[in-house]
Amino acid sequence: MTTDVHQLDDGAWISVNDAREVNVSDLWLLARSDFCGCETTDFLAEGFVEVGVDHPDIQARIAGQCIACGASGVTDWLTVGRVVDPDVGEFYGVVPESVHFPAKRTRLARPEE
Amino acid sequence: MPSKVENWKDEVYGNEIRDHLMEFAEQGWEAIPDDEQDAWFERFKWWGLYHQRSGQESYFMMRIGTPNGVIEPGQLEVIGEVAKEYAQGPAENPEFGDAYCDWTTRQSIQLHWIKLEDIPEIFERLESVGLSTQQACGDSWRNIVGCPVAGKDKHEHVDAWPVAQELNETFKGNDDYANLPRKWKVAITGCDEGCGQGDINDLAFEPAEKGGELGFNVRVGGGLSRKEPRLARSLDVWVPPEQAADVAHGMSALFREYGDREDRFNARIKFLVDEWGTEKMRSVLQEEFVDFELPTAGEDMRDQYTYNTGTQAGHNDHVGVTEQPDGNYYVGLNVLVGRMGADDTLELAELADEYGSGEVRLTQRQNVIVTDIAEEDLDEFLAEPLLEDYSPDPSPFMRGSIACTGTEFCSLSIVETKNRQVRYARWLRDNVDLPADHDEFHIHLSGCTASCAQPQIADVSLRGMKTRKDGEPVEALDIGLGGGLGDDPRFADWVAMRVPADEVPGAIKNLVENFKELREERAVPEGQRGRDGEAVERETFRDFVEARDEETLADLVEPEETDYEDPYMHNTKMTWYPYAEDDDMGASPAPTDGQGQPLASDD
Ligand code: HEM
Ligand code: SF4
Ligand SMILES: [Zn+2]
Repeated sequence: MTTDVHQLDDGAWISVNDAREVNVSDLWLLARSDFCGCETTDFLAEGFVEVGVDHPDIQARIAGQCIACGASGVTDWLTVGRVVDPDVGEFYGVVPESVHFPAKRTRLARPEE
Repeated sequence: MPSKVENWKDEVYGNEIRDHLMEFAEQGWEAIPDDEQDAWFERFKWWGLYHQRSGQESYFMMRIGTPNGVIEPGQLEVIGEVAKEYAQGPAENPEFGDAYCDWTTRQSIQLHWIKLEDIPEIFERLESVGLSTQQACGDSWRNIVGCPVAGKDKHEHVDAWPVAQELNETFKGNDDYANLPRKWKVAITGCDEGCGQGDINDLAFEPAEKGGELGFNVRVGGGLSRKEPRLARSLDVWVPPEQAADVAHGMSALFREYGDREDRFNARIKFLVDEWGTEKMRSVLQEEFVDFELPTAGEDMRDQYTYNTGTQAGHNDHVGVTEQPDGNYYVGLNVLVGRMGADDTLELAELADEYGSGEVRLTQRQNVIVTDIAEEDLDEFLAEPLLEDYSPDPSPFMRGSIACTGTEFCSLSIVETKNRQVRYARWLRDNVDLPADHDEFHIHLSGCTASCAQPQIADVSLRGMKTRKDGEPVEALDIGLGGGLGDDPRFADWVAMRVPADEVPGAIKNLVENFKELREERAVPEGQRGRDGEAVERETFRDFVEARDEETLADLVEPEETDYEDPYMHNTKMTWYPYAEDDDMGASPAPTDGQGQPLASDD
């Protein structure tokens, strides 16, 4: 089975195989990003703008802002979790408060349908 | 490429959703196949059902659309009964108890904790008195809003109520407009006070005169959501009342054909107006969607608007006692943050029957109006105990408060809203004195940028955020100032960002004190003095904000801890229900079956 990923309710959450897995309002710690001038961005997720799969990673670009400096915008691609075995489909979320490295896409991922 | 939601809508959408909904309800929550949940929940919105947030699976918010906010005789009792019987969840709200109704900023009704299994019975009860949830959410014609005292107000030039009814009858359940690219919000007003809030709707009809005839000017593309607020823009079109529906057909068909179905974030017509400009929109409407010559705009009445203008004169809202043209009275009652307990709702229904015609109306400021009270019954009505809690003459801070749903039920939310705003209003009432010439002061709190509480058109705008306090994440609010409607509508300037929620009442107190100290006076030349003959005129709050730059204003907002206590600082979205004794996500009983018993979760 392929992994089915989309954002719903105006970007309020990410559905992975029809389960609500990642929600807005979490704080994500972003490092080595050019999102703002802070060393690490203390990022409040306000909406999921784009989602995609780069097996095994589930990725998203998130709209929100750095609550330290106030810069707001949309992040580069962030890994929000993994579906290691697409046949089983189980989702393993990352811990938002640990450090993440947003990246411009290097490989071509399957975009949201 | 059409969005995923569009694909689901292509498969099943509109009226036909109902049969599926009823079948699922019959069989129970678990009958919805796991891999079809997202699609069905998206579709159920069209029938007024919105799946509640994470931790509350299997429970729905149910929205009932009451055109123009008119609740006809006999309907309120049923609403109260349905709330009491079906809108009770696994935990109580500490301010509002275990069953309540929300009166919304678009003159609709929201109930929460609705179980799928109860929907057939609820629909039957609602429909038996002519109420409906059809198109209350989803991508179609939403509840039509307007002046809440249409047909009962001395300021009315065109009776917009029959036109609103005609639009409702024409566009509810109409398959031609059932599947639009996005929501479609329409306002229609016939009074000269501007209380239809047309400026923040997708399509607005506002009273205007042309060639001695009264009708409506047409505006398009208003809306507040995201960080892209827009005022509706004039299409330079006038219509007589009997052709309003034709223009409405044309505009919603134009939206259906040209709206963006690939990117839902770009779908609202406000963005198409941005892209095309109003001239092109007018000519496409004329050439492709109407078969008569559209007259150019008539003379509007915007310079007489008083509603939410901050002028401290005229109808800034509908709270209080007002005489109707027929000599009866309507009495607007303040409902703090729009939420009324089910028992109080039933009591209100009884009072409306006893003293009025049984009709009750909802305003866009989350308040209720009891209409048709005879002069000789007024005093007795005003002495009813229910009016101690829902006052026709409340503190400006109680009266001016609006709050959205927030983390209690809503997926998009960042912060707790309604219970917090209740506490804010009480604290401000007890601790802050507005200047004597200000009895209107609007504070709107939205839990996120979707702006359901319409924060951008308030004197003080509050919007959900987070910040850190002593290193710990806490709920916070952005503070904006000086928004409002009227002839010269204005969105708030956001001047203080990420203020910890427990410092916001202190910030508002300091702001009001600074305003009192710094507001300017000017001598009024003899010829220009108002009826009161006052020789000096002081700046209103809205003028005060407008006359100062953001930096100056930012300095006047001084966030500060006070004796106000905020029990909701702790990132309430991470709980399954912010007020539950054990609020940990893992303690959630959801999803539950038709009896409210927890079901084993399979994911
Ligand atoms: C389950 C809870 C709710 C959810 C998930 C929700 C979702 C949304 C979203 C996503 C938007 C912005 C969409 C857009 O315009 O592009 C919106 C706008 C709006 N909602 Fe809600 N909403 C909820 C509850 C409410 C409530 C309780 C009210 C009324 C008190 C309300 C009234 C409005 C209004 C007036 C707007 C329009 C702002 C504008 O002019 O564009 N909503 N809602
Ligand atoms: S403004 Fe945001 S938090 Fe409030 S009800 Fe609307 S979507 Fe939810
Ligand atoms: Zn930063």
